[in-house]
Amino acid sequence: MAESVAQQQLARAGATGKRRRRVFKDGKGWLFVGPFLAVFAVTFLAPIGYAIYLSLYRNQAFFGGTVFVGLDNYTQALQDPKFWEAFGRVAVFLVVQVPIMLVLALLAALAIDSARLHAAGFFRIVIFLPYAVPGVVAVLMWGYIYGDNFGLAANLNDLLGTTAIQPLSGTWMLPSIANIVTWEFVGYNMLIFYSALRTVPGELYEAAAIDGAGTFRTILAVKLPALRGAIVIATIFSIIGSFQLFNEPNILRTLAPNVITTYYTPNMYAYNLSFAGQQFNYSATVAIVMGIITAIIAYVVQLRGSRESL
Amino acid sequence: MSTVTSPLRPKRSKLLTGVMVLYLLYTIVPLAWLLLSTTKTQDDLLSTPGLWFGKSFAFFTNIKDTLTYNDGIFLRWLGNTVLYVVVGAGGATLLATAAGYGLAKYKFTGRRAVFAVLLGAVAVPGTALAVPTFLMFSNLGLTNTVWAIIIPSLVSPFGLYLMWVYATDAVPGELLEAARIDGAGEVRTFFTVALRLLAPGIVTTLLFAMVSTWNNYFLPLIMLSKPNLYPLTVGLTQWSNQATGVGARPIYNLVVTGSLLTIVPLVVAFLLLQRFWQSGLSAGSVK
Repeated sequence: MAESVAQQQLARAGATGKRRRRVFKDGKGWLFVGPFLAVFAVTFLAPIGYAIYLSLYRNQAFFGGTVFVGLDNYTQALQDPKFWEAFGRVAVFLVVQVPIMLVLALLAALAIDSARLHAAGFFRIVIFLPYAVPGVVAVLMWGYIYGDNFGLAANLNDLLGTTAIQPLSGTWMLPSIANIVTWEFVGYNMLIFYSALRTVPGELYEAAAIDGAGTFRTILAVKLPALRGAIVIATIFSIIGSFQLFNEPNILRTLAPNVITTYYTPNMYAYNLSFAGQQFNYSATVAIVMGIITAIIAYVVQLRGSRESL
Repeated sequence: MSTVTSPLRPKRSKLLTGVMVLYLLYTIVPLAWLLLSTTKTQDDLLSTPGLWFGKSFAFFTNIKDTLTYNDGIFLRWLGNTVLYVVVGAGGATLLATAAGYGLAKYKFTGRRAVFAVLLGAVAVPGTALAVPTFLMFSNLGLTNTVWAIIIPSLVSPFGLYLMWVYATDAVPGELLEAARIDGAGEVRTFFTVALRLLAPGIVTTLLFAMVSTWNNYFLPLIMLSKPNLYPLTVGLTQWSNQATGVGARPIYNLVVTGSLLTIVPLVVAFLLLQRFWQSGLSAGSVK
């Protein structure tokens, strides 16, 4: 998700209008773009092509070798209850976690930008801090905190004299994962929103003040419209992130192997098909189906986001 | 940073600050737990309250044990991580900077096509590519080498966007024309004139590329099976997994201490470079 700042820059550059720029008309640009594109072809385009190729073949169980099966793998994936269970789980995750995370990030950005906060700079940097914590470390840390061995969940249970708090149990697991992801990424999204807020020209606030707009009116009429591009971008990247959910459940799996299945998320399913099941062709198919679904949803969000701005 | 956004200069609100302090606690408590846990022995970890010190103060012993456990494999992982970050993120930044500059300052046939391909590619989930990339690299004999981690880290499409947008405004065309009239070649102009102007954008791109390389887990997990090539992230989870399974020999105290040591460099980098990346982030917006 790191890179969505750039996306956001891109959106902003479009929004604030093209400045006068002089561009040279000749082929020397390839000199600079070429190296990037060469590596890009190896690391992005080639694997995509290879995945598509793989998805059209299937291993023969008895004869060895592979055989061309057309779209059979896709038919299988679309009828695979494990795939749909995994998909449903990340869909629920997305619908609940992403709005919570983005609203928290938005509120934090508005508060920090409001000039009503004591020590706003301190809040900004500390709330951003979890982003600098490697996701793996965040999960290990929260995993221990959740544990009933030691950690805060155990302490709380002792304190309250219950055993009711079981963050790693079946019903609590998805919210527990959502909490880790929220903890990791609120600060990052906050920073995106905050950067967008800083671009609002001061005259707009002056105009709003002259019109007698209060704090909340200013937020609704000036700040939120200015944030539209940033919100669309952050939403798209959160959607992609949710559909790709892997690290958190995969690491927590060692703590709760009975709760987290090998097909807990689509990504875990693709991973385990490959590395535990040696079903590379089917694994590639699952990855492609998931990629297509993600791309379509991201595209729809982008369309809706830009349509509303008209 | 001064708050010049609003000309009204509203009064600071204790209520708002109070509410934000609650959120701040949510952010800090896990980190405080981690910090306190690094001061405990394994016994204390299991038997004393999480948010306070244990009976003993084992911070330095823990650090020593973490660095020396298993013949100092942690330092090896740290070295690997640094290698992947320096070459991977450094290379990614260089490639993105050059390409962004090229796209912003030169008009050439195929420029539109580059844009379309990049947009399409970023919509594909990165991890969906991981399995095919693994199989491809496996066929090429690249798995279990440092290249399996470094090559995929070299491309940051969003770094390219950032540099593209940044270069568009930060490098005036007049300056490049002047350099040309002086007879400087294109590459030399890039290195002597453009790079300096692009510095805040470069620091921002580098920092975010560093974070994604330092935090990389999925890619090394599938590409590497030799522990002496692991980065910290994969190594730490391996230590953590020792706690479960047959013949389990948990080393919780080393996992928490190792976790802290893994966090520190990035946090320090973000704090020290604050001025740069914050100006880089708001770069596109300078009026």
